[in-house]
Amino acid sequence: MNYSVDERGYYGKFGGAYIPEMLYPNVEELRQKYLDIIYEPSFQEELDELLRDYVGRPTPLYFAKRLSEKFNTKIYLKREDLAHTGAHKINNTVGQILLAKRLGKKRIIAETGAGQHGVATATVCALAGLECIVYMGQIDTERQKPNVARMKLLGAKVVPVTSGSQTLKDATNEAIRDWISNPEDTHYIIGSVVGPHPYPDMVARFQAVISAEVRQQLLFKEGTEFPTYVVACVGGGSNAAGAFYHYLNEPAVNLVAVEAAGHGVNSGLSAATSVLGSLGIIHGSKTLLMQTEDGQIVEPHSISAGLDYPGIGPMHAHLYDSGRAKFYAITDEEAMQGVVLCSRLEGIIPAIESAHAIAALHYMQPKPDDIVVLNLSGRGDKDLQTIINYLDEQDGK
Amino acid sequence: MENKIAQLFKGHSTPNLNVYFTAGFPELGSTTTILKTLQDAGADLVEIGMPYSDPLADGPTIQQSNTVALRNGMSIKKLFEQLNDVRDTVTLPIILMGYLNPVLQYGFENFCREAARVGVDGLIIPDMPLVEYEEEYQAIFGKYNLSAIFLITPQTSEARIRKIDELTNSFIYMVSTASTTGNTVAGTQNQLAYFERIKQMNLKNPKLIGFGISDKKSFDLACRYAEGAIIGSAFIKVIQQPTGLQENIRDFIHLIKSGEEIFS
Repeated sequence: MNYSVDERGYYGKFGGAYIPEMLYPNVEELRQKYLDIIYEPSFQEELDELLRDYVGRPTPLYFAKRLSEKFNTKIYLKREDLAHTGAHKINNTVGQILLAKRLGKKRIIAETGAGQHGVATATVCALAGLECIVYMGQIDTERQKPNVARMKLLGAKVVPVTSGSQTLKDATNEAIRDWISNPEDTHYIIGSVVGPHPYPDMVARFQAVISAEVRQQLLFKEGTEFPTYVVACVGGGSNAAGAFYHYLNEPAVNLVAVEAAGHGVNSGLSAATSVLGSLGIIHGSKTLLMQTEDGQIVEPHSISAGLDYPGIGPMHAHLYDSGRAKFYAITDEEAMQGVVLCSRLEGIIPAIESAHAIAALHYMQPKPDDIVVLNLSGRGDKDLQTIINYLDEQDGK
Repeated sequence: MENKIAQLFKGHSTPNLNVYFTAGFPELGSTTTILKTLQDAGADLVEIGMPYSDPLADGPTIQQSNTVALRNGMSIKKLFEQLNDVRDTVTLPIILMGYLNPVLQYGFENFCREAARVGVDGLIIPDMPLVEYEEEYQAIFGKYNLSAIFLITPQTSEARIRKIDELTNSFIYMVSTASTTGNTVAGTQNQLAYFERIKQMNLKNPKLIGFGISDKKSFDLACRYAEGAIIGSAFIKVIQQPTGLQENIRDFIHLIKSGEEIFS
């Protein structure tokens, strides 16, 4: 089976471009040009240099000794938390800003949930000298204050979104509406492998640097490029897409995607799209999404603003549907325990998103000789207030 | 039988006023009252919005009407129930407008069958890809004698406009400017140049200009370049007034069409 995008922008039955006419010229321009631009030698040279000297790549593949002992297996953490701005998001924004410049765009818009993509976009806009507007749900601006401050410091305008659930879904709607109103000079940097074709494929290609590095690094450390498992959390799914990319067609490598169950998959407060979702259209692509039987999009819930999204990218929908990837759903509670576990065993405070992946280790039951590569997609500084509140509650304060 | 929308443009040379409203707004049961009042007041065709939780191309006014309508309990199923006997009293061409996801969940062919059964004449599904229309849906539209209405914008290429003109058998929805719904037509030089450019293309289908048409002035401006215009957000503001729904509608339509205020 093919797990890559086809010529029409589909992964199996998922993908495509379901957009109002107002966006058609923009999306069509991208579709026609993106591959030619990103594979131009001069583009690759500029991108490689920025990824190396600005982003700080390659990020380490760290053998997590104490976590390995705890789970009686070999666990490697791919340290995307050490990339500039503290998450994998920068890989994509560096790529897209170079693309936007080559397309002659002057103004950049983005959506953000946890703020990591917003910070990464504000960062590359500062680097490129382009205007930056970031849409963020009102609720997310409150729970992710440090990232709001960072974006502003970097020169971005942060627009709080008060429609709908006031989280990532609605921030995305507003960014799309901005793009409709500014079709000529504006590039929309989507932060995950979602949206109309070619976004899912383009973002996956920019994030594929993660698995390209893992293969080389693992060969050096273990004498094989192929781990037993690659584990990553999935909201929209960009870090998972990057971690899986060069293993998609390697059936011996088990792909593990970890979603946010929120208060529990059947609690009514969840973001476990693969379990709760059905085929539908969200933000321009056909994928799995949480919806009512009337096709209205259901508000998701996760303690992690970065996973608080009612859909998943079409590539992941296809990986789920075809059985190529195994999906787990981890509750808020389990994720917070994952934060504590990783902090205390490894001295690394992970983002709550990544902690969902850590918590999945309890369910995976890897064997002692298995090699588990877990994509530590971001660092936990941004989530500190949520983590402190959780720990205070645990202590009965 | 010829589609009512096509008939309208054949036999009606004066500017055509198409009014958009959201089904189930301001009250769940408002739909048929609004339809009948619009007919009596002199609207030429109507576009009923099927509310959606995430209406991408709409501005705050229509978004809000969608939210209220959903909260009121409106759904496609409910709308078809409400439209069941509408043809007993309403002769105006009726268009349904909505995003593709709820239609797909209803079942595309079931949706078209039901739409035709209650007397709907055309559908606007702004995020339905043209290529999917050609490959999958055109035959279904044809089977149920429904017109597919497509949007064009100032950025739509000439080749694509020609293609849309070829695929259409009612009218072309000409989005006045790059924006979501609810702004105002400014009549800038660029905008007038766009209107003129499309007029000069001599398309086989009539055109209605929408987005930003809010009053007599913008309606008349649009009608200098097209066979009519579509009013949405401004009308939503009229029907959201707490009292006098029918009088407010009559006053508004009269004002747009004749330019005279009625003090009812």
